[in-house]
Amino acid sequence: MQRDDTPISKKKFMEELYRYKKGSVSRRHFLGVTGLGMASAVMGAAVPGLRPLPAFAAGDIGDRVILATWPNYHDPANFDAFTEATGAHVQVNVFGSNEEMLAKLQAGGSGWDVYVPTNYTISTYVAEDLIEPLDTSRLPNYDATAYDPRFAEAGSVDGTLYAVPKNWGTTGLAYNSKHTDGVKLDSWKQFFDITKESFSGRTMVHDYQLTTIGNALKYFGYSFNSVDPAELADAEKLLLEVKPHLFAISSDYQPAMRNGDAWLTMCWTGDGKQMNTDMPEIEFVLGKEGGELWSDYYAIPKGAPHMDAAYALINFLLDPQVNAKEVLAHGYPSADAHTNALLPAELLNDPILYPAQELLSALEFGAAATLTDPNRAELMARFKSA
Amino acid sequence: MTQRTRNLLLLAPAGTWFLVMLIVPLTVVLVFSFGERGASGGYVPAFTLEQYANLPARWAAFKNTLMLAPIGTFAALVIAYPLAYYLAVLASPKWKTMLLVLVIVPFWTSILIRSYAWIFLLGGRGIPALLELIGIEGVRLINTPFAVLVGIVYGYLPLMVFPIFVSLDRLDKRLLEASSDLGATRIRTFLQVTLPLSLPGIATGSLLVFILLMGEYLIPALLGGGKVFFVGNALVDLFLQSRNWAFGSAVAATLVIIMLISVTLYMRLISKLGAQREDVSLM
Repeated sequence: MQRDDTPISKKKFMEELYRYKKGSVSRRHFLGVTGLGMASAVMGAAVPGLRPLPAFAAGDIGDRVILATWPNYHDPANFDAFTEATGAHVQVNVFGSNEEMLAKLQAGGSGWDVYVPTNYTISTYVAEDLIEPLDTSRLPNYDATAYDPRFAEAGSVDGTLYAVPKNWGTTGLAYNSKHTDGVKLDSWKQFFDITKESFSGRTMVHDYQLTTIGNALKYFGYSFNSVDPAELADAEKLLLEVKPHLFAISSDYQPAMRNGDAWLTMCWTGDGKQMNTDMPEIEFVLGKEGGELWSDYYAIPKGAPHMDAAYALINFLLDPQVNAKEVLAHGYPSADAHTNALLPAELLNDPILYPAQELLSALEFGAAATLTDPNRAELMARFKSA
Repeated sequence: MTQRTRNLLLLAPAGTWFLVMLIVPLTVVLVFSFGERGASGGYVPAFTLEQYANLPARWAAFKNTLMLAPIGTFAALVIAYPLAYYLAVLASPKWKTMLLVLVIVPFWTSILIRSYAWIFLLGGRGIPALLELIGIEGVRLINTPFAVLVGIVYGYLPLMVFPIFVSLDRLDKRLLEASSDLGATRIRTFLQVTLPLSLPGIATGSLLVFILLMGEYLIPALLGGGKVFFVGNALVDLFLQSRNWAFGSAVAATLVIIMLISVTLYMRLISKLGAQREDVSLM
């Protein structure tokens, strides 16, 4: 039944969203080849108009702002609206991993004004002095009380606010139920066991140490974030055992899942929802042992060349009206109550996007140690080159 | 202006380019390779041979590269030579230009896009599906070393075709007639006249392809499904994922040294073959 009080019906929303996202690549696709093209003419037309924009005289904040972010993670129409309101053009750099973002900032001279780090990396940016503390008086749209604290707390380090929440999500597994003879997969134990047996040559793991090693650790019931040498050795043994049975080690899993070459993959929320909508036989579930819960943030790197524009852009994107359009475009949940109030109820009740609390409580946020631990990096290299 | 200053001025752009884009970065790589990884990644100055001692940790990557690069170069040569021969010797002048343009056409599109096309061709709904139609089941092509080989041969074929084409195109056709007049069979003419005279083209083409293959990382990542790991892939991971710049520099420096040695040996071999040819022609 259609509800007229919601901005857009579920069916219409899903049709529009997945029509234009179909065939796109995963969020952390290593090269971000698709970038943010395929503008949101469709979505833009489907969502009611923006509320009046904060007034800036053109040129006040300069003519550009440079944003480093993930593929398929924004509504390009919002950037156009920002340019129209402020005169600053949004230049987007797309990234494949947090490690890569950190590497670029460590190398210096990135030229970025705003970037989108994940929760577990922020303390490292603070320790390396690569991140600017945020002045909340310049972010009037940021209402700290409106956020689910779980998805906001990593933005503050030692009481100083460095980053404000963008979106959050989970890392689960997606499988093609046509090939399981009615068996429902719901654990990392099954993920690796079935790969060695009936799914041999059909499973994909991420090209990303945090999730691939983390989920192998969950097989044994260890912490997703373990850096304990004995536990890592177990995970490595499992990964090496499984490697000959893998279809691929790649974070770009949508094409292979969709065309039937791969039957099982580690999978991020938004990708899981997209595939499930187009092909209901592809199911997205969280591992019952646990796994990753993540939250992305907006932050400003030290020495950002267009500081005023950086604040203006973050503030603009945090406007609940704008933020709701973002969520409708990319399909990742928001932790902002003001934004969620504007989203269709069906979306908020979707079990993939907003999983039940008891499933969420088993999940762990990535830990800073995994980003910098040389042993996890070397383990991943040994796994890939074996 | 003396001849000498004029020469220096003319060389200045290239000299500056080499200094800034080659010598300086190579020096940085060399210096970094004796350093250490910072606690949260990057580089910390030091003088240690630890990074070089750790090289066996990337043995698999070196092994894959050193196996697939020569095989890929040879496969490209075997496929490119008949094509170049046809273009240079057999094709009618009317068609020649158009056929040459066709060889270049793939270069008008990015190698990334073309490799993606191969993902679908080699994937389950591509060639394996066609093979199933004629009764050959269960063939897996994508994400195997074979797929990587197909990708690199395809990607670098024009670089092999052109140098060979040029050397064959310049070949004096009267030599072939002379050989035939003197009673040589066509095979003997090919082996003793055509092939030796096209040796410079073969050498140039092979060098171009081999050097690029040694540094390849895109095609193994796309067509090997991340399971076929080259030194290039190891370097990308070391600099962008584990951010171990010191070890990455040591791996890069080692790759450069291996290339220098193999290219030098190859050039020696070629010049030796060239010298033999002269001996033959004197007889």
